[in-house]
Amino acid sequence: MRIGIACPYSWDVPGGVQQHVRDLAEALIDLGHDVSVIAPADDDKPLPAYVVPAGKAMPVPYNGSVARLAFGPISVARVRRWVKEGNFDVLHVHEPTVPSLSLLACWVASGPIVATVHTAMRRSRVLLATQPVMRSALEKIDGRIAVSEAARTTLVEHLGGDAVLIPNGVSTRRYRHANPLTGWPGEGGAIGFLGRMDEPRKGLAVLLRAFEILAPEREKLRLLIAGPGDGDEQSHRLPPQIRNRALFLGEVSEEDKIRVLHSVDIFCSPNTGGESFGIVTAEAMAAGVPIVASDIPAFHQVLRGGSAGELFPVGDPEALAATAARLLDDPARRAELSVAALDAVASYDWEVVARDVVSVYETVVLGRATVEVAQ
Amino acid sequence: MTWTLIVLVLLALVIWGFYISWRASRLDRLHNRVEAARTALDLAMVRRSSSAYELASSGLLDPASSLLLADAVRRVKEAGQADRDLAESDLTRALRATLGEPGLRAELEGRESAKELLEEVDAAAHQLFIARKFYNDVAARTMDARRRPLVRVFRLAGNAPQPEFFEMDDSIGDTATLS
Repeated sequence: MRIGIACPYSWDVPGGVQQHVRDLAEALIDLGHDVSVIAPADDDKPLPAYVVPAGKAMPVPYNGSVARLAFGPISVARVRRWVKEGNFDVLHVHEPTVPSLSLLACWVASGPIVATVHTAMRRSRVLLATQPVMRSALEKIDGRIAVSEAARTTLVEHLGGDAVLIPNGVSTRRYRHANPLTGWPGEGGAIGFLGRMDEPRKGLAVLLRAFEILAPEREKLRLLIAGPGDGDEQSHRLPPQIRNRALFLGEVSEEDKIRVLHSVDIFCSPNTGGESFGIVTAEAMAAGVPIVASDIPAFHQVLRGGSAGELFPVGDPEALAATAARLLDDPARRAELSVAALDAVASYDWEVVARDVVSVYETVVLGRATVEVAQ
Repeated sequence: MTWTLIVLVLLALVIWGFYISWRASRLDRLHNRVEAARTALDLAMVRRSSSAYELASSGLLDPASSLLLADAVRRVKEAGQADRDLAESDLTRALRATLGEPGLRAELEGRESAKELLEEVDAAAHQLFIARKFYNDVAARTMDARRRPLVRVFRLAGNAPQPEFFEMDDSIGDTATLS
């Protein structure tokens, strides 16, 4: 299939939508499809072969903050040329309600169009969607995909119609191998945590309390913690004598995040709620780290009820400490969990997700001509 | 002798009273002018946002530019007293970004309705720029007058509200060259 994908946000700026588009495009290419992505990007920056730059994105106030978007006659002309020369079987636009390339692509093209909605929309933006110019562009969409239940619900409630739920995939390949940070995990063992330090539902407090229980008996056990938040403030929740055994890295790059996962013997997801899928836990599974996670529904599901990772009662530091201690003393069990985690996370891989997306494409192209420039 | 002194003192007091009342009425005039300038400024902002909305819903711009303008106008309408300056500044930036896009002028060339709409937006932006300058000018003079010791001691400002500067980004930038 020849697939054209439109991305509304700058290719060179990190972000969830861009990451999704990149992973999806590469997975589709791996499946043997012909993929072209149009995204705002500088003409002179190096880009993957499948990306067509639509010019630099302009900073502009939108929806209460400043976004870098592509709009105006030059963007329109570039999108039109891309559609014309692409000869796509299907056009896949991401976040079509954002005033950028996706919306422009809907506007200039006719033919089978699929749209993916990423964020839960607020009502204000949806009201604008009733404007005639927006409506005529959005009406052309044949199939809608939502990446989360929240995105799907808002879409159904505010715009009507329905959407297929296809969650983000995990790029398991990217997580499989990495060099540990120097000196880690060390002979005394190490436990890792990734996530916002100051978000109570991420449960860092539970892990710190469990470490306090474990630390006196295991003199060389260490903690490795990464994620946005004030590390100093968090470290003061530990008794002074064990503070130097917990390393708070703060926010780390995508690359270092993978290294962190390979730097520990056990990865801990002590969340007390709020996760709908647990992408971080899935990424840790893809790195093959044995997992200890709280028994919330999302983790129960992804860890196959405990067979692909140990579960402990939500918010219970004693239980967490006991589970971690047992695992730290049992390398054979850790190896077993690592294999089980890799096996379990494979069903969340991008390749599987991309196949689901392809079946959406196949549904909308049935009996239709290819994508053309609208008259 | 004492009578002469009393008459002189009374006379001085009367003159003093006249002077104070003159100062009070002068301050009152300033306050009225602040109010008038504020009304003109409000009208200029309304004119600008409605012309921007008209352009956004005209179908002459691409949907992304239209949506950006319509979003900025809606934020202006929803803004309260406290965040009005921010919303208006954002509308300025949205206008600058969308109308400043290279190629826009060539694209709309020769379309009479587009020319009219663009001219109206541009004129409204100019008017806002001038109205704000005048308002801040008279506000500054009023604040200065209110700071005088005589005005403060005798509370000549009465209950008139203390004027405040209206700060926002209203630099016309590229849109000025579009008309």
